[in-house]
Amino acid sequence: MSDTSVDADEVRHVATLARVDLDDDEVEEFTAQFADILTYFDALDEVPEVDTETELVNVMRPDEVHEGLSQEEALSNAAESEDGFFKGPKVS
Amino acid sequence: MSADLNIFVTEETLDSDADGPLSGKTVAVKDNISTEGLRTTCGSAMLDDYVPPYDATVVERLKNAGATIVGKANMDEFGMGSTTETSAFGATKNPVDPERVPGGSSGGSAAAVAAGEADLALGTDTGGSVRNPAAFCGVVGIKPTYGLVSRYGLVAYANSLEQIGPFAPTVEEAAELLDVIAGPDANDATTHDEGADSDYASAADGDVDGLTIGVPTELVEGADDRVVETFEAALSDLEAQGAETTEVSLESVGHAVQAYYVIAMSEASSNLARFDGVRYGKSGGYDGNWNESFARAREEGFGAEVKRRVLLGTYALSAGYHDKYYKKAQDARAWVAQDFDAAFEEVDVLASPTMPVLPPKLGESLDDPLQLYLTDANTVPVNLANLPAISVPAGEAEGLPVGLQLIGPKFGEETIVRAASAVEN
Repeated sequence: MSDTSVDADEVRHVATLARVDLDDDEVEEFTAQFADILTYFDALDEVPEVDTETELVNVMRPDEVHEGLSQEEALSNAAESEDGFFKGPKVS
Repeated sequence: MSADLNIFVTEETLDSDADGPLSGKTVAVKDNISTEGLRTTCGSAMLDDYVPPYDATVVERLKNAGATIVGKANMDEFGMGSTTETSAFGATKNPVDPERVPGGSSGGSAAAVAAGEADLALGTDTGGSVRNPAAFCGVVGIKPTYGLVSRYGLVAYANSLEQIGPFAPTVEEAAELLDVIAGPDANDATTHDEGADSDYASAADGDVDGLTIGVPTELVEGADDRVVETFEAALSDLEAQGAETTEVSLESVGHAVQAYYVIAMSEASSNLARFDGVRYGKSGGYDGNWNESFARAREEGFGAEVKRRVLLGTYALSAGYHDKYYKKAQDARAWVAQDFDAAFEEVDVLASPTMPVLPPKLGESLDDPLQLYLTDANTVPVNLANLPAISVPAGEAEGLPVGLQLIGPKFGEETIVRAASAVEN
């Protein structure tokens, strides 16, 4: 039915790369949908190579200190903070 | 009535003391545009208690212009959808027919204007998310040229494609709101000097005598007959006012939907990596290591369409697939831009139906994501080419609104405003 086959293991692998837990129902649903969608994307193979001449302009501003958020404002939406820092989960 | 339509995620009034062009006007703001001290959810459970500590540039400009903000409008989660049904806060209903979707992703914004809940509204358009709901709700919506309006304070979905744009009952009022929000901003390096001191509103003079309008056959062929009939009647009306119409061909647009989704999903997978539950958003807790905590936060906080796009974007950028999908999509994007450039050497504006279909019933389109992506065929080419476009009501088919899309060359806002104002005559 489709040229591009995707199996459940591939969906789980991509979900791991993207740091999204999926339950088994989601894996099953996404496996079928991804096959359809990726097969549709295969039409991009027909696109010719295109030369582009983009005019690039440097838009960087001088590296000067500007006013920004206060520490309190920056932390205001964090689930937890400690001594004025964000508190994250263990690294390993 | 309005409560039943589920137009706002947060209904709260922010008054302005300033005296300006929008004094006395009420404005609904899409819920992915930051409002200081007012909850901004992006239609997602991930951000259901997020309160921005600063205003987006466009919100600052609304306040300085004297506008009263009346609420944060419902939307597809993170802008990912075409019906406003992927919102974690429930679907918005179309004020024209509450059994139907208002379009999306800025469905709450369009519905607010259509229902008279706000005089004006702001939405965002990444692949049609202003023009689609404008068409389905029977109001005017503008997607500005990329770089005309600052994106500072907009929660990013696909940075290279999206622009904030206005909704209004009339072309002139939409142009007035665009005049307020357009222009360069030191906080968004992609903004442009065009748009400083703009006066798009005065271009809404309805004068299309001698204007040449190209009709891309590829954007009419696939549309519903009832939509095409209404579209063609509106074109005849423009011809009667002195405009000249001619068929043009945009060969590349047959690949625009694929290119759009590959690029948008890839950018989404990168942008939405920031939602790890540490600095803001739903926390994944502190059990296990950070990867486990982040994956839990994202499982819980993201809905199905967001997961689908983040995963497909991750796939398209992953080792072995980058050249096949992402690189080819960039080629297609450049091809589409060249096609438009060539067309604008022949004509002043391009016209098409905004949406190839009439607004679907609620619940009809969610089972098959690919079929829903295909309804974006007429809007996504504009974002790929960074062009301005407007959707203006063209009439009705079976009592439902049909939108006419006018596309202009880069920074050709005056031309599309002028042409669209003639559609209203």
